[in-house]
Amino acid sequence: MVSGGHEEGVVTDAPGGRVDTAPAPTGDASPPRPGPPLGAALTVGVVALALALAIGVALASHHGPLVPWTITVIGGLLAVGASVGWLTLPANPLLRHLAVAGVAGLLLLLFSDHVSAFSDFQIAQVAYYVPAAAGLTLLVGWNGQLSLGHGALMAIGAYTVAVLMAHNPTFPVIALILAAVVVTGLAGAVIGVAAARLRGPYLAGATLALAVALPELATRYSGTLGGAQGLPVRPLGVPTWLSETFPAERWLAWVGIVSGLVVLVLLANLMRSGIGRRLRTVRDDEVAASLAGVNVARTQVMAFVVSAACAGLAGALYGFATSLANPAAFSLILSLSLVTAIVIGGLGSLAGAVLGATALVFVPRLTTNVSNRFKLDTSVKGNLPLAVYGLLLVLAMLTFPDGIVGGLRRLARFVTPRHRSPPAGSAGTAPSTSAPAATAPTTSAAAATAPAGDVQGPPAG
Amino acid sequence: MHQFIVLTLNGLTSGAVYAALALALVLIWRSTRVLNFAQGAMAMFTTYVALSVIDRGGSYWLAVLVALATGFVLGGVLERVLMRRVESGPPLNAVIVTLGLFIFLEALAPMIWGGTTRSFPAHFSIVGFTVGSKHIALSPFDLYTLVAVLVVMATLVALFRFTDVGLRMRAAAFAPEVSRLLGVRVGRMLTLGWALAALVGSLSGVLIAPVVLLSPNFMDAVLVFGFTAAILGGLDSPVGAVVGGIGLGLALSYIGGYLSPDLETLGAFVILIGVLMMRPEGIFAGSAQRRV
Repeated sequence: MVSGGHEEGVVTDAPGGRVDTAPAPTGDASPPRPGPPLGAALTVGVVALALALAIGVALASHHGPLVPWTITVIGGLLAVGASVGWLTLPANPLLRHLAVAGVAGLLLLLFSDHVSAFSDFQIAQVAYYVPAAAGLTLLVGWNGQLSLGHGALMAIGAYTVAVLMAHNPTFPVIALILAAVVVTGLAGAVIGVAAARLRGPYLAGATLALAVALPELATRYSGTLGGAQGLPVRPLGVPTWLSETFPAERWLAWVGIVSGLVVLVLLANLMRSGIGRRLRTVRDDEVAASLAGVNVARTQVMAFVVSAACAGLAGALYGFATSLANPAAFSLILSLSLVTAIVIGGLGSLAGAVLGATALVFVPRLTTNVSNRFKLDTSVKGNLPLAVYGLLLVLAMLTFPDGIVGGLRRLARFVTPRHRSPPAGSAGTAPSTSAPAATAPTTSAAAATAPAGDVQGPPAG
Repeated sequence: MHQFIVLTLNGLTSGAVYAALALALVLIWRSTRVLNFAQGAMAMFTTYVALSVIDRGGSYWLAVLVALATGFVLGGVLERVLMRRVESGPPLNAVIVTLGLFIFLEALAPMIWGGTTRSFPAHFSIVGFTVGSKHIALSPFDLYTLVAVLVVMATLVALFRFTDVGLRMRAAAFAPEVSRLLGVRVGRMLTLGWALAALVGSLSGVLIAPVVLLSPNFMDAVLVFGFTAAILGGLDSPVGAVVGGIGLGLALSYIGGYLSPDLETLGAFVILIGVLMMRPEGIFAGSAQRRV
């Protein structure tokens, strides 16, 4: 999974992206990329092709001939497409994102085919956190709207699947997932309209109230929504064109990987587009944005809708993975865990979101190991992950406010201290030294010890 | 009519508790422009401390005293050690630190005291007084709750109005730069403000605990109610927070009594959104200078 995170890191960090999407306000004149990226294109093509073949061969051993051939053909097409795309449209973000996502996806599929069912389930777990975290990082990091209610939005997605399934058991999975996305997106539109009028802590508080209040609906309408026990979700059936011994967990992981990558590609593309620029403009200065002709409210609502739709997808996947949609699963703690994920990963970065989602799965595993090792009490064992999240959040704000990805970027800049203007797009780099005067009643010594507290927030309202 | 009176009295009591938490939020917001999302979790923590005092054979009064003192120290320490470092940064950073504290405290409490729900003893009877032959809804414990909140608020008002420290705290919150020039130790005042706020929050914890069961997240809903109450009062005004708390307590009591007891949090959410949409400056606020 970590390798997957890195692949995605390439998606968001690819320097070429800055060529066509130089931040509008600064009028950044980036130097043209030198030389045709022939080597890169060839490499990508060859790697993808080799991967596809490798996967095909690997799969052939236990899944019969159909799957490997399908995958090889898809992989081959991807490889050709990627290299042609890279060659002809070096600055086209969509093709580059697709190519990287394709390679990452192939790698992940290959990986998932060679690990235990338990590891596959963990991949599936990461995969259901990824869309939620990615959507949230778009909303918080790129648009400055802090939502503490994304767990509740995930609940809407999971319950949509459960209710539809109970209503008509023959709905195809893809329709259920799409329905979850649409319904949650609509809910996001309603909440977003309200949210667009709120700033900073007001929005955070309102979404916090949503996270606490929404699960109550399940008990209020226990006839339809199953009360505290929740509703069952039928697990994904392994399709018949796969072999009979194909583990259900692996299929779950595959669905999750594909969904997660689709979301990541769409979001990465959105961020590199004019919409992404508008999101950031609104975040940085609403007045300037509206003077520049950006419809502030509409942009904010749109960000909320996109973000909610992602959470809906995550909720649907969550339902499939746990076979259950129940109120306790979508508590406030889930919402706060998602915030933790994007903050420690690096606010505003898709790679950070993937890293954070991975952390949400592997931190509990790590703490369980530690607890077992030191024979800690069960109450300690069960709560250690949350304690770690809390500590990480506090520590992140005090020491590395731009998260793991920010740290890696700093490291990269340290290692290769040539060209490249300071990254204007990343969330963590707005100069904070100008901010204190208005809000800082602290001693200057204290202010001096905390110079870098700059996860970009909404302008103090 | 009888039910109306019952609900009104219940609403007053729970409203007093919400008012206490709202007041804690407002005190911190006024001085540092930080909304302390960890307020509920801090109160939860100190309530557990009180419970363990009772478990060890301490009296109820000692337990309450210890809870308030713990809250005071906890608030002060958190401000001095953590919040001081992020208060000068972007507002989002401070919010995220309070969220981290929120998660941490809610994980720490079950590690220390176990995750099972506990009941918190009420020092006074929670059975209503009898007037003539009829039970009325007001119990001795309700009365104690109301009196406790009123006493603490009166003390706070007296502190802010009539003492030198209170004046300095108000000055530090109102104009930190000028106050600093005039010799007010602004940093110290902020620490004191957090400590006092946490003390008031702790009070809300020990007062609501006998009514609801004690569990690591039992203050989550109260935090939402307290936030709603604070918004009702305009987030900037202590008096508004108290009035907002009482008003919200009444409204939720009527919603729970006449509609459905499952709808209290949802009702608070609807009220919150309604107020934020219609009168974001609060129902009781005089000025409307800040955009929400």
